[in-house]
Parts: sequence; C-alpha cells; structure tokens
Amino acid sequence: MKHKPFQLTVSPDFAPTSLAGWHIFNTWLQRSLDTRIHLDIYQDFASQRQAIRNDAIDLIFANPYDASMLIREKGFHCLARPGGRSDEVVIAVRGDHPASTVEGLEAGMRLASTDDPDVHMMGMIMLEPANINADNIERRICSSYVLVAKELLSVQSEVGLFLAEAFYELSKITRRQLRPLVQSQIQVVHHALMVGPRMQHLTETLLQRLQEMPQTPRGQGVLDSLGYKTWEAVEEEDVEFMIDLMDTLVG
Amino acid sequence: MNSQNLEAPQSGGRTFTLHFFDGSSRYVPVVDVEEPYPDGRLIVSRTDPGGVITHVNQSFVDMSGYSEAELLGTPHHILRHPDMPPAAFKGLWDTIKAGNRWQGYVKNLRKDGRFYWVYATVIPNLRRGKLIGYTSVRRKPSRLRIKECEALYPTLF
Ligand SMILES: Cc1cc2nc3c(=O)[nH]c(=O)nc-3n(C[C@H](O)[C@H](O)[C@H](O)COP(=O)(O)O)c2cc1C
Repeated sequence: MKHKPFQLTVSPDFAPTSLAGWHIFNTWLQRSLDTRIHLDIYQDFASQRQAIRNDAIDLIFANPYDASMLIREKGFHCLARPGGRSDEVVIAVRGDHPASTVEGLEAGMRLASTDDPDVHMMGMIMLEPANINADNIERRICSSYVLVAKELLSVQSEVGLFLAEAFYELSKITRRQLRPLVQSQIQVVHHALMVGPRMQHLTETLLQRLQEMPQTPRGQGVLDSLGYKTWEAVEEEDVEFMIDLMDTLVG
Repeated sequence: MNSQNLEAPQSGGRTFTLHFFDGSSRYVPVVDVEEPYPDGRLIVSRTDPGGVITHVNQSFVDMSGYSEAELLGTPHHILRHPDMPPAAFKGLWDTIKAGNRWQGYVKNLRKDGRFYWVYATVIPNLRRGKLIGYTSVRRKPSRLRIKECEALYPTLF
C-alpha cells in the first residue's frame, strides 16, 4: 500500500446529498481492493474534464457525454452501470403555463437547465419539434435541479430541463406546481463506472466485488446509500453502441 | 432505385412497385395517412456495411409496424417510401461510405402503408479503425421542416 492513492471521482451532476453515498462507497472500495483511493469531487464538468485530460483520474462514475473521450482518448474501460437505471430527461413548465405539449412552446423564451451535458443535449433535442434551438432561447444555467425548479416557480424561466430522476426527487409541493410536457424514453444512455489505465489490473476484482455487493449486509448497505439496487457489468460493445448513439446526437 | 405508379389506387390508397438499388423490387401499398412521431423517443437501428439491419430498438419496431424478427436480416430499404427522391439516399450512401455523418429528413413507409417523418442521423461505426456497420438515430422533426420537405422532395425526382 505504498503507491500514491488512486483517484476516484463522480460526475458533478449529482446532488450533494448523494455525495455522502459516494464517500461510503469509497470506504468500502478501499477495503475491498485493499488499496488507497482518494475521492475527488469537482465543482463542474469543465474542471472535471481538465482533471481527466491531465490524467489525474483513475476511476470515474462518468456522465455518458464524457464516455467517448474517456474510452477513445484516455484508454478507460467501462466496467459497470447501476442496474436498471438510465438517464432520462423531463421537460417541465409551471402548472399554469399555456403549453400542453412541446410544440406549444415558442422561440425566444428563457430556458433553465444545469450544466449537466447529457441532460441539456437530450432536452434540446426534444425541443426541436417546436423549432427551438440554442440560437433562439435564452439559457439560464443553474447549479442544481432544485434551482431549475425555483426558476420555473418564480417565472424567471418558462421551461426547465431535468434529469428525470432529479425531477421525481423534488419535494411534492414543488412538483405539484410543475407540469412535465414530455419525458424521454431512450433507455440506452446511462452513467457508468469506468476504469483508467493505472487501475486496469484491478478491473476483474473490482467487477467481482461490485457484483457481489447485494450478497453481504455491508455491501447492501453501501448500495442503499448510493440508492442503487445492483451493479451490472457493461460489455464493451454495449458501451461502444452508447458512444455511437451519443455521437449521432452531438453536433 | 425508382418507382412507378403502376396500379390503380385501392380504397384510400395507392400502390407502387419499388425498384431497389440491389436489383430487387417490391410491390407496396401506400396509404396517405401520417403516423405521428411519438414524443420523447429516439428510433434506433444499426446495419452491417451493406445496409442490412442488424439491430432495432423498441421504438423502431413500434413505428415501422414490423416485428423485430421481420426486420433483422432485411435490407434497410424495407422502409423506403415512394415519395422519397432517390437523390436523398444516394447522398446518404456517398456520405457515410466516405466516413462522414449524414443528416436529413426522411419519410418512411410502415408495413400498413401509412407513413412517418423523421429527422435522421446516420454515422459509420468504427472499431479499432475498421468499419463494422452504420447506426441511424431518428428524432422528431418540426412541422415546419416537414412542410419544407413536402414541397422540395417532389422536385428532386
Ligand atoms: C443505418 C442506415 C439506416 C437507414 N435508414 C433508412 C430509413 O429509415 N428509411 C429508408 O428509406 N432508407 C434508409 N436507409 C437507406 C437504405 O439503405 C436505402 O438506400 C434506401 O431505402 C433506398 O433504397 P435503395 O438504395 O435500395 O434503392 C438507411 C441506410 C442505413 C445505412
């Protein structure tokens, strides 16, 4: 255990509350692999990407938007994804907004989203049927989905883009005042745990430990604090497919 | 790839014989009724390098009206609508064979003869530098763009 600790990081789109779960996960991980790992959290996607470029990351729970760069440019391998969870997007307005579908929205409006790149991209794609694009809206970037909801409630913005999971985690009072216009059903876009070149030798052990988690009370407790049921192995071709799909959507 | 309106229209529809690039031809009923693109979905398919379907997602199955078993192993022109100008598909193939991304508006033919419009992106799939096939992802187009295509495409024959 003399080496410099490995660096674990988590896509910055996770609310601070779930970061506690990742700290618990990291404690479990270090014990399971008998190695030192440091959890580094970046404030935003830009600073996390800079760290990836500087080869400062060894293990990452990555946003699908970054998967291509991690795998094709940085030699990462995709290991596992949380069982049965994919990144879906909700487009919502305030309850009293006149639009009943996306096509009822008009160019020129204010749109609130976070800097979460996959959610913003998929949300903008779902707005295309209304001829809405980056050039004809005013984007307001919020630091959390709770703040996106506040933007709508205070009528600062007309429409909000949410990670579906985050939308359904809003308080009942908040959600009751909002109305989803559409929710994506894409299914194959998801976050994933990816291993960098320096940790490659631990890949098999790590995958095995992840898959065994539900079999021990301790492992189960860690899953509970992450809010996941299982870790599912991701085949190389599955992640290549996801990258191809993201490629068709970007740009 | 050309089409001729050979048959007298049936009740509420037209019939065509489509001649495909690979020399095959198919008799298709066409009903001029649109199936609306479902909100929030992406319609995904993959082909081998020759354009034979190797993968479809559920949204593809739902919209095309064919079963997954009918689609897999079939050339992608199974969706070709006679109102689509041949030049569009020549452009598609020239672009992707050159290793580039193609985007365009496509009117597709369902098994039941009805149609649906998509905004499609097709990219080559490379694995360690080798072409293994193509992926197409379609999304919902705006009515404005569809209207433009409805005016433009008949002039491209
Ligand atoms: C990945 C991929 C997806 C395609 N999707 C469609 C489609 O949705 N509809 C269609 O008519 N042609 C599609 N094509 C083009 C067909 O291969 C074909 O060129 C076209 O239907 C015209 O038929 P022909 O070239 O055999 O005459 C696709 C091709 C590829 C490679």
